[in-house]
Parts: sequence; C-alpha cells; structure tokens
Amino acid sequence: MWSIISVLVENKPGVLFKVTHLFRSRNYNIDSISVGITENPEISRMTITTSADEKQLSQIIKQLDKMIDTVEVKLLDEKKSIYRELVLMKVKITKPSDIMEITDLANAFKCNVHDVRKSSIVVEITATPDRINAFEDLVRAYGILEITRTGICALERGVGNES
Amino acid sequence: MEKMSGARSLMVALEKEGANIVFGLPGGANLPIYDELYKSNIRHILVRHEQSASHMADGFGRVSRRPGVCFATSGPGATNIVTGIATAQADSAPMIAITGQVPTKMIGKDAFQESDIIGITNPIVKYAFQPMTAAEIPEVVKKAFYISATGRPGPVLIDIPKDVQQNEAEMVFPSEVKIRGYHPWVDPDIGKIERAIDMLLSSERPVILAGGGVIISGAFAELQSIAELLMIPVVTTFKGKGAFPENHPLSLGPIGMHGHAEANKIMVEADCVLACGSRFSDRSVGTFEEFEKNLKIIHMDVDPAEIGKNQTTHIAVVGDLKASLRTMVKMLIQKAIKKNGDNPWLKRVNETREYFRQSLKLHPHPLGAAKVLRKLREVLPAQSIVTTEVGQHQMWASLFFDVIQPGTFFSSTGLGTMGWGFPAAIGAKAAKPEVPVVDIAGEGSFNMTENSLAVSVLDDLPVIVFLLNNFSLGMVAQWQRTFYDRRMIGIDLKNCPDYVKLAESYGAQGIRAQSIDEIGKAVQTALKSNIATVIDIPIDPQEDVLPFVAPGTPLKDMILPS
Repeated sequence: MWSIISVLVENKPGVLFKVTHLFRSRNYNIDSISVGITENPEISRMTITTSADEKQLSQIIKQLDKMIDTVEVKLLDEKKSIYRELVLMKVKITKPSDIMEITDLANAFKCNVHDVRKSSIVVEITATPDRINAFEDLVRAYGILEITRTGICALERGVGNES
Repeated sequence: MEKMSGARSLMVALEKEGANIVFGLPGGANLPIYDELYKSNIRHILVRHEQSASHMADGFGRVSRRPGVCFATSGPGATNIVTGIATAQADSAPMIAITGQVPTKMIGKDAFQESDIIGITNPIVKYAFQPMTAAEIPEVVKKAFYISATGRPGPVLIDIPKDVQQNEAEMVFPSEVKIRGYHPWVDPDIGKIERAIDMLLSSERPVILAGGGVIISGAFAELQSIAELLMIPVVTTFKGKGAFPENHPLSLGPIGMHGHAEANKIMVEADCVLACGSRFSDRSVGTFEEFEKNLKIIHMDVDPAEIGKNQTTHIAVVGDLKASLRTMVKMLIQKAIKKNGDNPWLKRVNETREYFRQSLKLHPHPLGAAKVLRKLREVLPAQSIVTTEVGQHQMWASLFFDVIQPGTFFSSTGLGTMGWGFPAAIGAKAAKPEVPVVDIAGEGSFNMTENSLAVSVLDDLPVIVFLLNNFSLGMVAQWQRTFYDRRMIGIDLKNCPDYVKLAESYGAQGIRAQSIDEIGKAVQTALKSNIATVIDIPIDPQEDVLPFVAPGTPLKDMILPS
C-alpha cells in the first residue's frame, strides 16, 4: 500500500539522519523523502512516501511519533491532500522535428521546457506521480538521457467549501 | 546568572538533579570535567573499563528508579560504553552517559580519539545531545534527566566537546523544561479500563501477564490488589520476574523460552490476558501468531508504539502503568467486585502447578542448579537485591530462585549482555547500601567484567558473586548439544582462572563451596563479613536448562526434562 506521511520535525542537525535511520533499523522502506523548512523556521516538514502493509504503516507512524524531535506525524489521505513531485528529464533529440513534438507533449502536460539543444532538451514537469509516469512513457520513445526527481511533497487541503 | 565554565555548570546541573555519584574513567577529552568533579561534592567511582561504568549506572538507575550517571572520554572511552547504552535501552533503564569529545574545531578532522558517538549510538539511545556552546549545558542536563526518567525510561547521551567544557559563559539553570515533541504523561482512558474489567470478568480463563513495566513503575501493590480482587493467576515475563511475589498462591512465575512449565502451560490455555508493561518479546511468547490465537489481549503500556507491535490487541490502555492499575483497583472497589477462588479455572491452575512441581525431574547431580539456587534463596534475606549475568545460570535463576519481595531482581533480559550482572550489582549496592546485593553469575559472563572486583573492594561497595562455575560457556554448550548434534566448539573455559585466588588478588574474599551445606555457610560468611566475596561453586557442565521452548516454536511445544 503506497502511503504519504507528513512529519513536522525540529529543524535541527541530525534529525533527517534519525528519521532515515529509524526506517533502516526497523526494516521499513522509504520510496521518497523530501524535506524543507516551514513557515516556522524552527520546524521542517518531511514528506515521506512508503510502501507498507497496514500493520507496518501503523508501526511506522507510532515509531515516528515516539521520536522526541518529531512534533506531528500525519498519514495523509490522498483524496484530501494535494501532492506533487517535480521531475527534470533530459530527453534525446535525434532529428529537428523531435523538438517540436516533445514541446507539444510538454505543453499538453503543462510542463516547462528548458535548455533546448541540438542533441537534447530538458523538460520540467510538476505533477502527481501517475501523471509523471504517463509523460515518461510518452517521451521514452525519444530516449531519456537523464532524470532527477524531488520526491513527493504534500499538503492537506483546507477545510470548508471550495470556492 | 553566574559566569562559569561548561564543566563547572555540568557539575552544578548534576547536583541540582540529585546525582551524587558518577561511575567513570577519565581521559584527555573529559579532563576539564574531572577537574570540576575534583572540586564538587559528587562521589566518583573509578572503574577499570568504561563498559562497567555504564552497567553500574544502569544498575544504579534500575534500583533507585532515577538515572545513573557514567562518564567516559572521547573515542575508545565512548565506544566502550556502547554496549552499556544498548543494554539500558533494551531494558528501558534510566541512564545518563556523559562523554568527552574532541574540541569543536577538530570535529570531522579524524582527530586523535575522535569518534562520532552521536552517530554510533543513534539507534540505541532515547535521545542524544551535543552542546556546541557552554551556555547550553544547564538546559541540556535538565532535558536529559527529564527525558531519561519519564515515560518509558531510557539512556540519554550528552557528548561535550572539550572546548565547550572549558569555555566560560553566563549560566542560567532552568527549573523546568518543555520539549515540543515529547509528551510522556498520558492519562489512562477510563472507558477502556472499564471495558478491560468487563472482558476479564466475562472470560473463563483469564491470566495476568506482568512485564518489566510493573517493576519500572513500581506498581506492585496495585498489581497484587487486582490479582487478589479478581482471583486471576499471575505469570510474568522474564523481565517482569519478581513483579509479583513468587511465593504468592496466585503466582506461576515467568513464561517463555525457559519459563516455568506451569506458567507456559496456563498461558497457553488462557482465553484472556491482561498484559501489564510487557512488549511481548519473542523470548516470552514463542511465536507471535500462535500466542495470540484464541486469546483476547488487554495491553497496558506507557509506550503507544508497543501497542500492536508484536501482538494484535483487543483493548489497549496507554499511560503510566501505576496510574492505569490504580484506576482499575479503584473501579473494582467501587463496583464491589471481590471474587473468591472457587472456580474450575483456578482449580485447573493449582492442579497444573502441583502436577509440574511433583513430576518435573531435577538434575540428579549433588550440585544441581535447583538445589544450589534454592539454598541461596533459603539463606538470603528477602529484601536482598539480585542481579544476574547472561546464560544458563540466568535461566536457572529464573526457574529456581523465587523472588519474594517485588522489585528486587534485575537482569539484562532484552540485550542479553554477558558481564552486566557484576557491575550492575555494584551500581545497585551504591543505590541501596543497606541491603545485601548478590550477582548470580556464570564464569563465562563474570570473566568479561571481573576487574570490577577492584571497584567493589576499594570503593566499599561489597557485593557477593554467586558463581555457578561449569568451566564452559554453558548455554552455548547446551545449544550445541541440542541443535548441532553435539559438535562442541568454542565453549571450553578449562577451569581458568582460579576464582578464589582471583578474588584474593583483588583483596576480596574467595570461597569455594563444594556442597549445598558449604554454599549456605559461604553465603552466610559473605553476608556477615561485608567485603566483596566470590563464591565459586563447581557445578556439573552437563546440566541443561529445562524446560526449554526452542527458538521459533510456540510455548505449547516446550521441551520437558526426560
């Protein structure tokens, strides 16, 4: 079961090490992790995605909660959260028409195109993982030279009616 | 506010926490601390190896139920206490380990005697601090004691770079501290306790399983009241041994790999268990799947992460165990629930106990473990504190040494650290000098920290080492006999050294006891003489610990002596 865990931690040296070490020492798996400072400079938010069964997931959350440097641990409901990943993809250009085709695809996926060269083009896509995978499938035919992903970052939606 | 060095502020902060004794060994990177220790009123116990300092602090902490403190220098000094920290963590013992570190500007330069002790100990501490300025020290010490002693206790490391010890700062000593992500006090859920009572009352074959949490929280009286009001038999984990008087009519003793036969049998037959401060370790429950089959589990624990970790729980009560049990006692009294013991289940319990007591064959050797340990029990006052090492003698102690006064038995049960018992006994003696302290030992374990004899003698912390000497690593030998077709390797200790002479060379008393009668006399001599004593008891190397639940098998498959 793929899950997104949002953890507020003390913004101090060594906390990321402790969190990742917890996963290692208890034999849990981290699929992705992203860390950044929050509106409160003393606190960082970690967004961790993991594949675990229900029992293991409940343990992961309890063990994270038990850590003294964690302020809050939340299992995010995909439907009630916004989650995105940013990916940079360097795609191979073999013939001049490739540039236009890839740019069209990129536009269809609301991606930005950077660094257009004779032999390669860099596409920046920010989307949900399944949308990113769909895009990746489409451009694979051109040849993907390099790829980098930030890992998921996520936020719970607000309360009340959407306007 | 007062201007002083980091090292001085450490002493002041320790004194404010009531720490009047530290166990340690000085070295280059903690000399500023020792220089201030020289000027303070804190008693220093000089160990011969830092590992023993950590075990002494652990023993002190378990007995006094407040953190014991140990000091070590950087590098090898710090790595030498790693085993002690891991032992304390595995058994939830309160401890503060304070290490010297190379100066801040040398960190990361692979300096002489530099080790990343914060990184090394990360998974085995409850928390770790590395103050990088002197002014942080008072608050760090306050937080360290708070974290170590509250909730589920555990070891806290404070790693102080040498220049931070030396630098002066205006010091503020906080009277209390708050930590945003740490909330050790949780009020037990009254509704759940009420449901737990209903579940116990409606079950036909209830059992109480008392774990180490009962001893840590000192909930002896509450536990006994509940057992007596509901007339429910009590089994314990090995760590919980002595949470309940083992001569009580409702007591069945420890369950597990080397649990009492009657305890394992009744545990398997039970339909409902009230587990108090237990983490359902594999050594206690055999296999997780088999244990929880047809069993309703009520789990009370201070640590929410223990709920559902190893067993599926039906009712979970999170909170300080003493508070939870006290609430339960109050409810039982309010509801005027007072059962008598006249029911088929208790009859079955008593018959089972009687059956195994009559039928279990004891080892025929004149110095069989049962006879030896029952003799020790006979001559040792009930309030005496007993520690053990790790191995066969430890499991025989579990089987044959009844704890009469709750909270007087301590062992390295989680990590299983050989060499723990003797220094821990010295730490226990420091915490309670007025009672006799005995380390039930095997010679394989005793070899590992025997140089603490110097401490026991010179620092006037006399303990008795009750040495069951089978000239071998007996538990390994038993496993090789049982599981490896008697291919015996790496177990023969060849009757070396002579423990009487060894004791004497340290200025301690060495007595060889070769009969049950001599054992009784030796213990009495040791109790009267009030000097460190090693009682060397040559036992039969062929004796196995039985009953035995083989690893990875359920309790019901326990092997009995044939």
